[in-house]
Amino acid sequence: MKILQQEIKSQKMAIVIWSLSIGLLIAVCVLMYPEMKAEMTDVNEIFASMGSFSSAFGMDQLNFGTLIGFYAVEGGNMLGIGGAFFAAIVGITSLMKEEKDRTAEFLFTHPMTRGRVLLEKVCSIYIILLIMNLIVYVVSVVSILIIGEKIDWTVLSLIHLAYFLMQCEIAMICFGISAFLRKGGIGFGIGVAAGLYFLNIVANISQDAKALKYITPFAYTEGYELINNKKIPMEYLISGMVLMLAGIIVASVYYRKKDIFS
Amino acid sequence: MKAIETMKLTKSYGASRGINELELSVEEGDFYGFIGPNGAGKSTTIRTILGLIKPTSGSARVLGYDIVNDSKLILENTGYLPSEVNYYNHMKVRDVIEYSAALRGVKCSDKGRRISERLGLDLNKKVTELSLGNRKKVGIVCAIQHSPKLLILDEPTSGLDPLVQREFFSILQEENKQGTTVFLSSHVLSEVQNYCRSAAFIKDGQIIIADKVEKLEGANVKQIAIKTKDGIEEFIYNGDINDLMKSMATKELLDITITEPSLEDVFMNYYR
Repeated sequence: MKILQQEIKSQKMAIVIWSLSIGLLIAVCVLMYPEMKAEMTDVNEIFASMGSFSSAFGMDQLNFGTLIGFYAVEGGNMLGIGGAFFAAIVGITSLMKEEKDRTAEFLFTHPMTRGRVLLEKVCSIYIILLIMNLIVYVVSVVSILIIGEKIDWTVLSLIHLAYFLMQCEIAMICFGISAFLRKGGIGFGIGVAAGLYFLNIVANISQDAKALKYITPFAYTEGYELINNKKIPMEYLISGMVLMLAGIIVASVYYRKKDIFS
Repeated sequence: MKAIETMKLTKSYGASRGINELELSVEEGDFYGFIGPNGAGKSTTIRTILGLIKPTSGSARVLGYDIVNDSKLILENTGYLPSEVNYYNHMKVRDVIEYSAALRGVKCSDKGRRISERLGLDLNKKVTELSLGNRKKVGIVCAIQHSPKLLILDEPTSGLDPLVQREFFSILQEENKQGTTVFLSSHVLSEVQNYCRSAAFIKDGQIIIADKVEKLEGANVKQIAIKTKDGIEEFIYNGDINDLMKSMATKELLDITITEPSLEDVFMNYYR
């Protein structure tokens, strides 16, 4: 598993920076919660009166008066957008960087099948995302403990699990795209993540666009679903996992035959 | 067994040419020079036989293994130095050499260290701080340290100073004596002439001549210098010597010199 180790080592700084950035942003929100708690009844009323704007971000069905409701929106936004961008960058650069940085000739002239290289790269992406999410989870828990709020472990863990799966899906979709790229692509990866986020907003606003929920991984990270039902919406999760698998299969099929230049 | 054998090996990039029905045969244990100008198809040939790019048609075997189906076995027994060497920026020289050995699943730190010392390579430097020559040295260590059966070197001496070049060829000769086949591409003809036993010239993606170096130096090719009252004329002649003599008989010669050309003269003759 030498490639896996090397991938994780090469992403060490990125993991630390993204984990702390997302984790500390969530912590700041959580630490501000006690001051805002008293005014949350008014906030709920404001959001309730904002119509489709609140629906777009899933805020119309959440109770900001509870920490977990507040956390699902504020923390979710940080972890959702930040985590999605990080996952997209890790996924899209995984294969492409070997040709872009001209290291492909070094790597692929060692006795490893391309299938093996792909397998280790896929595993490294999952591990990198897992490490990032664990750091964010710990920072979040510590910040909640600091303000003395009771932690609903099931819902909190479910929120973080949903976001982790969402990041895995985006990373693997970008990994599939990465197989076709020789250089650049980071902007494209971030665009994919932003596009999927936008699709979820559209699906939340329009009843006619509900089918988009089967495409965007943000569909199974909606806070109100996770808090109210205490489970990840399975229909969206399954379609998401199918897309995730498709990303890996596309990369695997194409990359095995690809001419490697550097 | 042949170390490298290509049969009508073709690689085309859409409209542009790569290699075309290339026929190359390298005996096991040989020290082989692969000569051609930039864009002739040297790197395409090497990348194809190493499995980096897939052939459009034709086939090839390296150490008896098929280049399409047995790529892993070929790479296990081959050491490769690319013409442009790049490594992972976060690594030190030592990390790259150890990583290369680890990817091969072998422990060869003693040999790696010995070659590094002979080439004057600082193992503690970061790869981002290395000059082209020092990056090449890292590549040489990675290619040789596991004692492969076949060494494929793509323009290996670019960036190396003359002293290191001499040490490098000394290492190659030692490896060759121990049975390693050395296949190096170059457009520096003197290194092929000085070190290789066999060579092939590639032009426009095809082998135009391949033979023992000493035969190539003399093979039906003569360097002619004639002196007439109009001045001195020098040229390479590779036709029938009798025709040359008949042609010379029609001229009023003051002097004539016929010499064996150097490999460079032969090269120039083929690529003019």
